[in-house]
Amino acid sequence: MTKVIIIDDEPLARGIVREYIGAYPQLEIVAECDNGFEGVKAIAGYQPDLIFLDIQMPKINGFEMLELIENPPAVIFTTAFDEFAIKAFDAHAIDYLLKPFSKDRFEKAISKWLGAQSRPLPEGLSEEASSPESHNRVVVKKGQNIVVLPVQRIHYFEAFDDYIKIHTAEGFYLKKKTMAYFEKTLDAAQFVRVHRSYLLNLQELTRIEPLEKDNHVALLKNGTRVPLSQSGYAKLKSVLGI
Amino acid sequence: MQQPKSQLHFFALLYMGWCLLWAFIQFFILRYYGLTFSQSVRDAALTQSVIMLDGYVILTIVRYFRHTWKNSAYIIASSLMLAYLGWVGLNEVLTYFPADENYLTWLKNVTVIRFVFMALMVVITGVQGWVLVYIREQQQNELLLKENERMVREAELSDLRQQLQPHFLFNSLNSISALAATDSTLARKMIEQLSDFLRGTVKKNANQLVLLSEELQHLQLYLDIEKVRFGHRLVTNIKADEAALSLRLPSLLLQPLVENAIKFGLYDTIGEVIISLEAKATQGYLFVEIKNPFDAETSIPKTGTGFGLRSVKRRLSLLFYRNDLLTTEQKENFYITTIKIPQKELVTEN
Repeated sequence: MTKVIIIDDEPLARGIVREYIGAYPQLEIVAECDNGFEGVKAIAGYQPDLIFLDIQMPKINGFEMLELIENPPAVIFTTAFDEFAIKAFDAHAIDYLLKPFSKDRFEKAISKWLGAQSRPLPEGLSEEASSPESHNRVVVKKGQNIVVLPVQRIHYFEAFDDYIKIHTAEGFYLKKKTMAYFEKTLDAAQFVRVHRSYLLNLQELTRIEPLEKDNHVALLKNGTRVPLSQSGYAKLKSVLGI
Repeated sequence: MQQPKSQLHFFALLYMGWCLLWAFIQFFILRYYGLTFSQSVRDAALTQSVIMLDGYVILTIVRYFRHTWKNSAYIIASSLMLAYLGWVGLNEVLTYFPADENYLTWLKNVTVIRFVFMALMVVITGVQGWVLVYIREQQQNELLLKENERMVREAELSDLRQQLQPHFLFNSLNSISALAATDSTLARKMIEQLSDFLRGTVKKNANQLVLLSEELQHLQLYLDIEKVRFGHRLVTNIKADEAALSLRLPSLLLQPLVENAIKFGLYDTIGEVIISLEAKATQGYLFVEIKNPFDAETSIPKTGTGFGLRSVKRRLSLLFYRNDLLTTEQKENFYITTIKIPQKELVTEN
């Protein structure tokens, strides 16, 4: 039996997927969720093989939800937004169903998935798969809780092995991403890569202090010192116009 | 530069009257200096005829020249030239008539004065014509500019109004598709509501004013559709004063605001969402307040001014030339959008 979860905030939209799935006795719907938080919980609990995922949902969108899952199942996106199709395939989606979709179109998506099953799924999400909101918020997990961080609350990012430490006033959060990802998705006028391992929110910067010879550190409002590389120092100066 | 025919005739008559007046003045002056009646008539008539001819020529030139400062010098030069030619001709003609010694001597004595007089008259005519045409050109330019501005404004207004979100349409169609299999009666009802709503959005003009009661009816169609989509999560609470219902506002103004509130409310919180709208009539204004819950913790202030709000704000400033008619505020966990529509400045433009 194949386990399926439907995640969509509109009950009727879930209904239509449920109806179409009814034609496949080998597919079993183990859960239906109306937001991404429940989705994360349900996926952890049921370990489904396939999920149908809406993009525009309360609190966190479909892409952000996927980011929070360690080994995401196969995904078929169902949405009325055609502008995210490329992002969806970057997120290794099996297919992208545009609402309203026909039964034929749905069946095509299922056969695509059946075909893909014989091949191993690519691991995790591609780095390029940024969600539509990712330029102004970051979704992180702290224990069992999911936290939505508006970028204004982030002081700086710090590389930490395979993870990134996201420093805020309340402490730091960990996320499995790369520096390059955040540097690319966030507003370049606000977040500056001042060091190979540091991405700094300019709003938090109070002073640049010389350390020794050619080295400098950035002093943040909360007193933290962030090292600046030579190229990072140059970049910071050009962004600040000094 | 094209001028209306009737106006041209009017100016021609005015100019002829002007010359006739001077002919009389000249006639009496000549009589005063002792010329005979026929000499005075002939002299005055011929002088003014030549001046009139010169004037006609110079005005014709003025009408077809571009009105630059350099050309104004040409106009004065041509006026002088024309006056000179007229003066030479006039002297010829006047001596041609049989006359006594006395008159001929007099003609010689006044010849310089005559030239100065004629030159002045022609130059004045030329300059006046130049100024008149210049003013008219400016006015016409201004009219063109205003017309242009009006067209840009209208285009922008209709653009701003036609921002019906296609996602709304596709999601509604998806809901209908789902209902078609499970509840065909409800599916049919939703199709009717959607049709009524769409008809309402296409038939109205960008700067048309409608009664609040009509606008609320249209809004209700939209809300009914959204309620089918979001089920029990969406609760709406609409209140309007009796007095406010008969006040006017630009058509389709509320729907984007409510759409914004719903999006903001539904996508920022989990669970039931109450969207409330309250309309009041106060001191020559229609006040409408739209309230939605949001999460102050995680919400990004910037997203509060989405396209819906911006386009409504722009519409209001284009229609009323004021920027203070739409305000937003955050109170605890509520986001409040307020619009006020001045009632006395309302003029239907269509």
